[in-house]
Amino acid sequence: MKRLMTRENAIRWAPLLVLIGLMILFTAINPAFLSQRNFARIAIAAAPALMVAIGVTFIIVMGSIDLSMEGTVGLTAVLFCFVFLATGGTLAAGAWVAVPVILLAGALIGLVNGLVHVKLRIPSFMASLAIGFVGTGAAVLITGGDIVKIDDDTFRALLTWRIAGFPLMVYVVIVMALIAWFIQSHTTLGRNFYAVGGGEELAHASGLNVRRVRILGFVLAGVFYAVAGILQVAKLGQAESVSGANFMFISITSVVVGGVALWGGIGGIWNTVVGVLIVNVINNGMVVIGLPDYLQDGMLGLLVIVAVVLSTDRRSISFVK
Amino acid sequence: MYQLKAVDKKFPGVHALKAVDFEIKRGEIVGLVGENGAGKSTLMKVIYGAYQPDGGTVSIDGKAVRFQNPRQAMEKGIGMVFQEQSLIPNLTVMENIFLGYERQFVRLGVINWKAMSEAAEKQLAKVKLDIDPATITSALSFAQRQLVELAKVLTLEERVDGDLVILLDEPTSVLAEDEVKMLFTIVRDLTKRASFIFVSHRMDEVMELSDRIYVMKDGAVVDVVARGAATVEQIQHKMVGRSVDREYYREQRQKPYDASKVLLEMDRVSLPGRIKDISLTLHAGEVLCLVGTEGAGREAILRTIYGMRTPVSGTLKIKGNEIRAFNPQAAVAAGVGYVPRERKIEGIVAGMNVYENMTLSQMGRYSRAGVLNVAAEKALARDWIGKLSIKAHSEFADCGNLSGGNQQKVVLSKWRSGGSDIMLLDHPTRGLDIGAKEDVYEMIRDMSDDGVGVILVADTLEEAIGLSHNIIVLKDGAIQQRFDCKPGAKPTLYDLLHYMI
Repeated sequence: MKRLMTRENAIRWAPLLVLIGLMILFTAINPAFLSQRNFARIAIAAAPALMVAIGVTFIIVMGSIDLSMEGTVGLTAVLFCFVFLATGGTLAAGAWVAVPVILLAGALIGLVNGLVHVKLRIPSFMASLAIGFVGTGAAVLITGGDIVKIDDDTFRALLTWRIAGFPLMVYVVIVMALIAWFIQSHTTLGRNFYAVGGGEELAHASGLNVRRVRILGFVLAGVFYAVAGILQVAKLGQAESVSGANFMFISITSVVVGGVALWGGIGGIWNTVVGVLIVNVINNGMVVIGLPDYLQDGMLGLLVIVAVVLSTDRRSISFVK
Repeated sequence: MYQLKAVDKKFPGVHALKAVDFEIKRGEIVGLVGENGAGKSTLMKVIYGAYQPDGGTVSIDGKAVRFQNPRQAMEKGIGMVFQEQSLIPNLTVMENIFLGYERQFVRLGVINWKAMSEAAEKQLAKVKLDIDPATITSALSFAQRQLVELAKVLTLEERVDGDLVILLDEPTSVLAEDEVKMLFTIVRDLTKRASFIFVSHRMDEVMELSDRIYVMKDGAVVDVVARGAATVEQIQHKMVGRSVDREYYREQRQKPYDASKVLLEMDRVSLPGRIKDISLTLHAGEVLCLVGTEGAGREAILRTIYGMRTPVSGTLKIKGNEIRAFNPQAAVAAGVGYVPRERKIEGIVAGMNVYENMTLSQMGRYSRAGVLNVAAEKALARDWIGKLSIKAHSEFADCGNLSGGNQQKVVLSKWRSGGSDIMLLDHPTRGLDIGAKEDVYEMIRDMSDDGVGVILVADTLEEAIGLSHNIIVLKDGAIQQRFDCKPGAKPTLYDLLHYMI
């Protein structure tokens, strides 16, 4: 019994230990890593990625997968710029309206995603991948391939206004993570995600409306992708159809590195937060220790495999597909 | 010829096998019985090489052997027919039979299907199964699959010189009565090719088939009984150290039900397939048993009431209201609770803790505007852990780690705490040991006292007779006979069997 407990604990804390280990490693190689300025840099890089990763966490906990994030982030970022400019171009003039409008847009994209998956009975993998491409295509259509810029000091305060050294957007992300945690552990919807991921037939046999839960999961993910889209604009001051590029690899990698099981039911928001930090610390650390550009992508891939090996419990499953 | 002497096996905190002596002679069928946790499966794993003993010797024909893994044991002629169907459903029968041993049919990297098919036919003939070896396995019935597994193990005959020992782990659990008979005939016939070790929960089957029976309790062999040397009760007594008497099914607690209060009424319901014209009535406080062979329609009736199947004709009324939309949500709302046979698939979510499992079907009561009241959930779980003495360290315990009996208690409290007053129990005692079974019987009587109507598909006929107020016997999707089961005037096994087969 005692041994079992320590194993369970080891699994629970492994991702965090990996994170701390990486930080010690990079600090040992270059002490400049361990500075407040550098941490702020990591936090800014991680902020939109965390929103995407949290969105997809809900889906993965259900045992499905969502690959629409790049298209959704790109489209919501572009739409955000358009709505923002159309409603005055500055928060002071009423352009804040763009925020709820875009969150709604994200929810809508998620809804379409969920409906295609559930009503047409297309595997989530395929449905979301297709919707993601549709999203990217729509973004190209709207922008005509151009870059849309937002030059509003009040909006850019998300990046420029710092509290205790960290920009405002980091605090926004923390609040969003807390909201996600609340949804996960204190709402029926969150509980239902785990029930569907842990035993879909059982959830059905307990009288749960599994199809509805699945659709709502995709809606929720869409909202978080939209937040990521807005933060991406805040970070760069502009949007284009490829604003969502790379989020697929980063977010799903982070979720897995953090210890969320791809087959559903296991893990949660905190795993994802730690996972996103691990991936971003690796990214940042490689720059800080002066690894050449051309090696970084390859190293990231290798370190991710090592992190997955160290931080996930693969003992209970005999075959991995 | 195959012998274990003073074999010991320890796990952290458990002495699983204590100096076990075991022997099987050529052409013999040996039964192995014991409660859950008595050490049967550990012993089997030692025999077929999955575990290595910590002490004692294993010998074949007097020569000591040591297996590092099941493959080495197979090379010495020891084969295992697994309880869970171990065939890969999307492969053909012949591919399954020769899985891992295809090389004999390979020329220049290409499989000679014709040769494999012929060889497979030869194996299938051993178990008297007349099917095309190119059939996809999923198209077979459970009984046929069981025989294919047997045929697969029998390929050892050609590969190994020396004698075969074949372990049969609960081979009858998914078979109907006549299929069991057929399997037994084949096994008896095969004793000229191999010796068998037969493990089953069904005592009567073990008694019928075995030449000798090893009785295990707490990791030790407590007795070896020769054929006909003891009655079922005597062996059960040895297994548990106490006798299983009439009190077992809590007959003294069976009270008349409230005939004026009808909970559920089925009127000439027919389902797609064979099930036709099913009419039944369930009253408050009644235990109604559905009896029949596998596939007679017992489970289909439960699933219809629970809204998982939709009838083509006939009506179903729950508490006077006719059901029009058949889905589980509506059934749960009407107060129906369902305890399915496959506990692991449809009973509890492993990975979720006790309170999360308990409120799964009734989250609406424990939330406001979608926000859960976790404190109330925990209080509920603590309450029921106490009420049913569920052995879990706390309401945070992962249900996947609980024993089968305690999982079943969690499932029952899930429905009972939600106020379900129509309970559908499908094999609620399957795979439980005797102590846990008695707890379930006690709970069924408690439910009757509370005015709950129970429709039960029992694990054995004795259980059905012992627990029920009324019995409905089904055969091929139609009701054959109804029995009144007042205490003291219960029908006998023979009465029921007469209408079942």
